Amino acid sequence: MPTNKSVSDAPITQFINCRILRDHRLQREDLWVREGMILDPEKLFFDEQGYADKHVDCGGSIIAPGFIDVQINGGYGIDFSQASEDISSGITFVAKKILEHGVTSFCPTLVTSPPSVYHKVLPQVKVHNGGRHGAGVLGFHLEGPFISVEKKGAHPERYLRTFNSGGIEDVMVAYGSLDNVAMVTLAPELSNSQSVVKELCQRGITVSLGHSVANLSQAEEAVQHGASFITHLFNAMLPFHHRDPGIVGLLTSDQIPAGRTVYYGMIADGIHTNPAALRIAHRAHPSGLVLVTDAITAMGLPPGRHTLGQQVIEIQGFHAYVAGTKTLCGSIATMDTCVRHFKEASGCSVEEALEAASLHPAQFLGISQRKGNLDYGSDADLIQLDDALTVKATYISGEEVWRKGL
Amino acid sequence: MKLIILNDYDQVSEWAAKYIRNRILLFRPGPDRYFTLGLPTGSTPLGCYKKLIEYYKNGEISFQYVKTFNMDEYVGLPRDHPESYHSFMWNNFFKHVDIKAENTHILDGNAADLQAECEAFEEKITAAGGIELFVGGIGPDGHIAFNEPGSSLVSRTRVKTLAKDTIMANARFFDGDLSKVPTMALTVGVGTVMDAKEVMILITGAHKAFALYKAIEEGVNHMWTVSAFQQHRQTVFVCDEDATLELRVKTVKYFKGMMYVHNKLVEQLPPQLKNN
Repeated sequence: MPTNKSVSDAPITQFINCRILRDHRLQREDLWVREGMILDPEKLFFDEQGYADKHVDCGGSIIAPGFIDVQINGGYGIDFSQASEDISSGITFVAKKILEHGVTSFCPTLVTSPPSVYHKVLPQVKVHNGGRHGAGVLGFHLEGPFISVEKKGAHPERYLRTFNSGGIEDVMVAYGSLDNVAMVTLAPELSNSQSVVKELCQRGITVSLGHSVANLSQAEEAVQHGASFITHLFNAMLPFHHRDPGIVGLLTSDQIPAGRTVYYGMIADGIHTNPAALRIAHRAHPSGLVLVTDAITAMGLPPGRHTLGQQVIEIQGFHAYVAGTKTLCGSIATMDTCVRHFKEASGCSVEEALEAASLHPAQFLGISQRKGNLDYGSDADLIQLDDALTVKATYISGEEVWRKGL
Repeated sequence: MKLIILNDYDQVSEWAAKYIRNRILLFRPGPDRYFTLGLPTGSTPLGCYKKLIEYYKNGEISFQYVKTFNMDEYVGLPRDHPESYHSFMWNNFFKHVDIKAENTHILDGNAADLQAECEAFEEKITAAGGIELFVGGIGPDGHIAFNEPGSSLVSRTRVKTLAKDTIMANARFFDGDLSKVPTMALTVGVGTVMDAKEVMILITGAHKAFALYKAIEEGVNHMWTVSAFQQHRQTVFVCDEDATLELRVKTVKYFKGMMYVHNKLVEQLPPQLKNN
């Protein structure tokens, strides 16, 4: 039967025989897509008397929103923080590879670097949608250089900076431009930090707290000024203390403005966070949990020595260390592995595990009206998974961009 | 009149669905020959819809050449409201089967001119050649569609103000808030249903026992609008044991004694009928 051409000529795809993640639960529903967006079939039926042009039989599998990775430093030998002449082809290379992990959009992450690197790298990559060429870029995540010396982790100390010229000026001097920047990780205890938080949030950039020795009240103040995320909770911050729980205390703080949620990144690779700590965070604040890979150059590479930013790192098994030390410097886990590990370690539901890698990141980035869910009108960025949460296929804008075994 | 008495709700649902299936198959619908089916909403027919979906998925039946006409719809309730009868039909039946949108007809309770909408609905039924089989349920007060007690037994499709009992009964679907319950509806008339070639009415539960008694053992009365079907040429009531509680033993025994005959109506049909 022909579709009613008055609304749209575009073909309609109906994913059948699937369980779709909608409204926080897996439902036996078909998923309808037109023009890269999820379609309300009831409206199509009654308003347009329209039908699907194509059926995709999902064989009973799960359909979930594509994963969003807000912290990924590179992979497959590519380091986003290395100021090469052609960083964009490096990002494109990784963007294509991570389709098989179910990632449909991501924030390429730059660790603390000298201004020359930011000035060179940032203009090269524009925010863009995903497709056959790879996962979409939501904008850079700039992790540093405005972070704490004590909690620098793997970031090179010589490039750390402060807000000594007053705040946002320092930011502009370091980064050059904020175009194509989605989020910035900073330490809120640095002087003038709070005004920077406010200014960045006003410019639509998500502020995340991390690599910091901030106490709880400093962290709360930053949240009140607009900060909404915590970079890799527990890692590179003060350990939880009962008289001052520090940034970790934001998970149960009563000083969060009404209607706001603080989200927090978890590297659920089984190494960066002990499963018990993962469970503490999840049980205290399940709706804020965001899975991140924090993947580095070596993700997808064999063991040995590799370059991360301005430093050399060493891969041993599933661990990545600053070479010659026992300092963890990022993970080599893939997003789908993190989702499975999170589910297993926390005992959470399939729905919760999937939303921690899709809905939650979309929410704190302020893009949940089009990404991170399968609501009508959202982008048809989807993944097909089996019950063990192994990714079978990845779709961006309704188009198949990767399939297992092809 | 036939009265089919079954043990429970599930059996009623299955019997009714098989009956509909067989009627459609025996009709041999095709591109130039649509089967016209009148349909109800509410909790009673849910099980029947589930069975029909099952038969569709098994490949026993297709709705490709079926036209449907729904009995009623609330006035002023947004079409996509979860309690609208559009939503009901989409979620409980249409989206699961191969029926074509243009072959489904549900009154538009948001039409600018409600009276014109009702008249157009009657015309569409006529244009489709009348209803072959009208399926309905009833309320505890014996109303069929929204033909509340006192409705004319020759009424046609029209705007109807709902009885207080109906509004109160429906409040449970609107957060228990009486003020949210629509007070008006568009409904086919008793006469509209009477015009169907065949009528099947589903009645289950002890709370509808008195209505069933009024429907079949007492006289035709506009205070129990379903009683009008005593004068219909071909009506089948399908009920469970609970719904027979107010009937005379003699009535129940008489109809139960005929079950072996009536059950022939729902036997599996030969496979050559399946391919239209």
